[in-house]
Amino acid sequence: MLTLKNVSKTFNPGTVNEKTALTGVDLHLEPGDFVSIIGANGAGKSTLFNAIAGSFYPDTGSITLDGQDITFQPEFRRARTIGRLFQDPMRGSAPGMTIEENLALAAGGGGWLSHVSKAEKAAFRERLALLDMGLEDRMRQPVGLLSGGQRQALTLLMATMVPPKLLLLDEHTAALDPGTAEKVLALTESIVRDNKLTCMMITHNMSSALELGNRTLMMDSGRIILDLKGEARQGLTVADLLRMFKENVGKALDNDRMLLS
Amino acid sequence: MSLSSMWGLVQTALELGLTCGLTVLALFLSYSMLNVCDLSTDGCFTLGAAVGAVVAISGHPWLSIPAAMGAGMLSGFVTAVLQTRMGIESLLAGIIVNTGLYSINIAVMGKSSLLNMNKTQTVFTGLKALLKDTPLAGLQDLIIALIAVALVIVFLALFLRTRLGLAIRATGNNPDMVRSSSINPVFTTTVGLCIANAFTGLSGCLLAQSQKSVNIDIGSGMVTIALASLLIGQTFMGRGSIAKRAVGMVVGSVVFRLVYTIALRFNMPAFMLKLVSSVIVIAAIAGPYFKTQLPMLRRRLAGSGKREG
Repeated sequence: MLTLKNVSKTFNPGTVNEKTALTGVDLHLEPGDFVSIIGANGAGKSTLFNAIAGSFYPDTGSITLDGQDITFQPEFRRARTIGRLFQDPMRGSAPGMTIEENLALAAGGGGWLSHVSKAEKAAFRERLALLDMGLEDRMRQPVGLLSGGQRQALTLLMATMVPPKLLLLDEHTAALDPGTAEKVLALTESIVRDNKLTCMMITHNMSSALELGNRTLMMDSGRIILDLKGEARQGLTVADLLRMFKENVGKALDNDRMLLS
Repeated sequence: MSLSSMWGLVQTALELGLTCGLTVLALFLSYSMLNVCDLSTDGCFTLGAAVGAVVAISGHPWLSIPAAMGAGMLSGFVTAVLQTRMGIESLLAGIIVNTGLYSINIAVMGKSSLLNMNKTQTVFTGLKALLKDTPLAGLQDLIIALIAVALVIVFLALFLRTRLGLAIRATGNNPDMVRSSSINPVFTTTVGLCIANAFTGLSGCLLAQSQKSVNIDIGSGMVTIALASLLIGQTFMGRGSIAKRAVGMVVGSVVFRLVYTIALRFNMPAFMLKLVSSVIVIAAIAGPYFKTQLPMLRRRLAGSGKREG
């Protein structure tokens, strides 16, 4: 499904601020894989997502999605097949536009000059009802009036409206309160399962990294240092993960946020 | 003041308010929707006036309208290309285009800074002849401005609900979202600025023809006047559907001209127009800002009072 070959990226090369964010990353995802990614701050997790989504072009290497080389495809073009959610719930929807208008944008289809049809509105309503947040009765309200959790749930709906080939979740529940985070996570799981999506999720929660999905990557210094799947991943505990990190990196994992959660 | 002279004042304010209301609607698209403060508006307004006048003088009064709109569109396209493809800040792009347009406008007007249309067939003289001896005689300026404004509002109300319209609004509303979405902000910004500047050109064309002359300064300060009108309009009808908000913008433009006309009656010199519009823009933008600062200011004042006591 997704293949990265020797992808590297250095920011501000040749200056004092030089930062090697990705170093020769190789990765291959099978269709339907649900990969959780963990790692300390600055390990390159979000940079990896940025490279896949096309926020920048890598210095070396190639990226292939579903047999198509997308290494130099512009971001907005990739966005048709890659759905993406960020930690900040405000990033995924336009606050001054109504729920209906936001969903219409996400649904795409039709010509540039077409209006949203009644049938589409009915479909939006149906999809919104799945969130179980009462949003289906507020379709004409501006998105700016929604809470962070509601907005993130809406963003999730928008990102998967047209099922993407790949869904990138960048700590998408980290800014939500625990109850809402759980709800959005459950929603994510059901949407990914129902649409058989290939999905990558960055999380700082090590136990949910092991619980969710079928594969776990650990990153450090712009490299994938651990790739756990199948039998090797079964029965692993958070303590095992920490020990493996230490063995691989030679120092303890020093991410309080990660350890405390 | 007699009733007829009062109607005369209102009529002038309505004509000017509606004609320049087209520029306000252009800013409604570029400033309110796309979140781009298009500083090329002044030059583009003059460009529309100059191109429209030259085409009308050459004997094609009705062709002057599409010609002026086309010229405006081209100017908007250049502004858009500068800011989306050449890495020039959007404010600077507007200023650069505005400066360049000064030379272009004089060139269009045949190396002159003044064109006279006293004996020219314009869209207004055409309608004037038609309306002669009917109850609507003498209202040709008002009627044409009203039709143009109505058409533009209907267009905006329909257009901004299409997928392209929604994408343009999203580009202004949440650039972060658009950057990581399938919307190409280069495309939406370009289309938005082209359409907005077509309206600005139309506005200039109609004003010049109703005044029967074009001066190279006809558009100077227009962006501030239009912004003042837009902000006044927002306080009237800032919420609700696109159509309602667009109508509010035009109402704002008429109110601005009405207040200005009344001020002129009270012997305010005509050259004060631009200062008045600047003050209105400052008040309309700074007002809400100070309002948010007020509670904090009060607490600080109250707090310092207590400490001294």
